[in-house]
Amino acid sequence: MKLNPMKFVPALVDGDAVIGDSYAIALYLEDKYPQRPLLPQDLKKKALNIQIASIVCSGIQPLHNLTLVRFIEQKVGTGESIPWVQQQIDRGFTAVENMIKGCAGKFAMGDEVQLADVFLAPQIFAAVTRYQTDMSNYPTLARLHGQYMTHPAFEAALPDRQPDAPSSG
Amino acid sequence: MRKEEAAMSAATGKPILYSKWFSSCSHRVRIALNLKGVDFEYRATNPMTDPDYEKINPVKFVPALVDGDFVVSDSFAIILYMEDKYPQCPLLPRDLKKKALNLQIASIVCSSIQPLQSHAVIGSYLGTMDTNESLQMVQHYIDKGFRAIETLLEGCDSKYATGDEVQMADVFLAPQIHAGVTRFQIDMVCNVTLF
Repeated sequence: MKLNPMKFVPALVDGDAVIGDSYAIALYLEDKYPQRPLLPQDLKKKALNIQIASIVCSGIQPLHNLTLVRFIEQKVGTGESIPWVQQQIDRGFTAVENMIKGCAGKFAMGDEVQLADVFLAPQIFAAVTRYQTDMSNYPTLARLHGQYMTHPAFEAALPDRQPDAPSSG
Repeated sequence: MRKEEAAMSAATGKPILYSKWFSSCSHRVRIALNLKGVDFEYRATNPMTDPDYEKINPVKFVPALVDGDFVVSDSFAIILYMEDKYPQCPLLPRDLKKKALNLQIASIVCSSIQPLQSHAVIGSYLGTMDTNESLQMVQHYIDKGFRAIETLLEGCDSKYATGDEVQMADVFLAPQIHAGVTRFQIDMVCNVTLF
């Protein structure tokens, strides 16, 4: 609570700066560590990155957080949360697919990883591994998922690679 | 996007804002445009009932800003785009910690409060939740978010949230507080700084 009054993770402590919320953290890192920029200089491409990040962190992820899912299970019935979550993911993924379809680059916005990829990768991973999302409806996102799963920075950030992940043994 | 919209925006030099009057997301962008003194054209729309809106914005969300041949939707993306394009009346401070605080407050509003009170949450389950239950759910999320923001702003004695000038946090807070008070009966006694 002292680190993040919303009681959410993540939170970043950087000297005397304490920042909660993944969006605020990502943009802080972009300013503080300008090597390997995640946002392009071109205003339109920058806006598209931010729009995709926003769709994920405002339009999809909050609508499948555990508290809400438990609430829906309690109110509507056990197992009813899955269709709800799938509906939210479909809405958001359809919007993002429309924005990036036809993109010829290796990643969402081109041949370099940008902010949109940073937000898309975990969302697609969660959709596939936790919510049985049929990615054939979103061919561009499905292709990106394959790219992310082989990129070292994304691989190192996978949930089961973290120190607090349950051990498989 | 329809060529007509792009041509009109390019010809007049005025961006076009697609907005719903009661949408707090649209409300944020209107505030930012007014603060920056941007002359824009207001177009009312409702994506749920307007079949032509998808041709303008395939993402089908409001608000959306048409600026020449470019369409950007999502209030966060629109406002950060405007921050770059219209640097007058900057909404983000240069100090990285204060900038991060503004972004964190904006993100709490647009990720942790507004989506959970939105029409989709209430409408989708209205058949299995009575009106009181859905109102309680909305109030729960507003209360949680507002208490968190109160904590972040503890001790602030400036005129606005993060300083004596209006900044991004204020642009996101004002519509959320307005909606909380006018639509969801939020008691602001618990949120002294925000009120």
